[in-house]
Amino acid sequence: MKYIDEFQDPELARRLLDDIHATVTRPWALMEVCGGQTHSIIRHGIDQLLPDNIELIHGPGCPVCVTPLEVIDKALEIASRPEVIFCSFGDMLRVPGTGRDLFQVRGEGGDVRVVYSPLDALRIAQQHPDREVVFFGIGFETTAPPNAMTVHQARKLGIPNFSMLVSHVRVPPAIEAIMSSPSCRVQGFLAAGHVCSVMGMGEYPELAERFRVPIVVTGFEPLDILEGVRRTVRQLERGEHTVDNAYARAVRAEGNLAARAMLEDVFEVTDRAWRGIGVIPQSGWRLASKYRAYDAEHRFSVEGIRTQEPAECRSGEVLQGLLKPHECEAFGTLCTPRTPLGATMVSSEGACAAYYLYRRLDMPATKAQEATPVV
Amino acid sequence: MCLAVPGRVLDIEERDGTRMATVDFGGVVKEVCLEYLPDLQVGEYAIVHVGFALQRLDEESARRTLELFAELGLLQEEFGDPWETAAEAAGSEPVEEVRNQ
Repeated sequence: MKYIDEFQDPELARRLLDDIHATVTRPWALMEVCGGQTHSIIRHGIDQLLPDNIELIHGPGCPVCVTPLEVIDKALEIASRPEVIFCSFGDMLRVPGTGRDLFQVRGEGGDVRVVYSPLDALRIAQQHPDREVVFFGIGFETTAPPNAMTVHQARKLGIPNFSMLVSHVRVPPAIEAIMSSPSCRVQGFLAAGHVCSVMGMGEYPELAERFRVPIVVTGFEPLDILEGVRRTVRQLERGEHTVDNAYARAVRAEGNLAARAMLEDVFEVTDRAWRGIGVIPQSGWRLASKYRAYDAEHRFSVEGIRTQEPAECRSGEVLQGLLKPHECEAFGTLCTPRTPLGATMVSSEGACAAYYLYRRLDMPATKAQEATPVV
Repeated sequence: MCLAVPGRVLDIEERDGTRMATVDFGGVVKEVCLEYLPDLQVGEYAIVHVGFALQRLDEESARRTLELFAELGLLQEEFGDPWETAAEAAGSEPVEEVRNQ
């Protein structure tokens, strides 16, 4: 869908684009933080409809992509144990750990199950009191409250055979890390709408002020993204740097207070390693000490697993917006959705997968022929 | 993973001391936890992520989003068979999913 006629409301899309084209007087680089937005942008060809001097840099907001290799290896180790039923969201199945993935563990006889909600994993634990049920708790601030509620319920209902392997990450410290990098080119941010629907907008004014960047809370649909871009560009052209909400139908300034209170109770902020990027201070959550009994890392003694990231995968640079997926020499040849080197090629929100599925930019014809997309 | 889909509440009940709802996502019906939106009523729409209602949404926005998601095949991605998807991507036969959940 790269033609404006295919937008849900082509007239509105045209008006937004006209306004953006009329506003822009010089080059600007904006980062969409969220992988869901990246997919929407590439799928709908939004970046090609924008003026040439607006560059969209794809950010690190794909929870599957930033989960460190060693956390995947911990998951594989736990999932391989005969007493364990390992529950996960579907998008973690094919993320490569060292030498294999959860899909292969399942093929080797491991009891790996996909759940729609973390509460489904809790129900499985109730149904199988003789087994250890472990849920793979990854995700940003959108996914953390459901996982927090599930651990809270496990404790409240006294379900001893449930635990969670937690690798949660937070957006604002990632923005701070990106802006603090000497090679940073980002001049404005489209903040992730659903993260803000939970957390509100309170963490962003300080970042906007300190780094002098506009931060515009943006939704996921093509028209939402155009509106987010339009508002960010308007601010940049006027020399402003405020926090704005272009997704008001789903985001309140305070977010969801009940969800925030539960996060506060169940988790505590910690330093967290991001795959391909390294440790970002205070950028994650782990279970608070009173919930330690439900921490799968502790229960299965896998804290000691340490894994080096593979050198040939450059997803870290992609996740920081320093490299476009098709600029990586492995893209479309060594690395495809069928044989992924890293999570950015596997995940439904990974930038490399988006480029592979919807557009094969700058690939030599021979490469393009070899690379048959798996949709 | 971060996809959050608008759905309409069909009915509400307490289960294990938790407020749960049956929610319709354009024809797919799922169990959804309402603990983070306790005053959500039958007939209202909310944005739902991994089985939890996170924010209320007006009906018109919800309908438009659902239409778009259906058109793009995103509902299939969200609610389809993940083993099949993984098997296709891996280029192998799907593994049979355990159904007795």
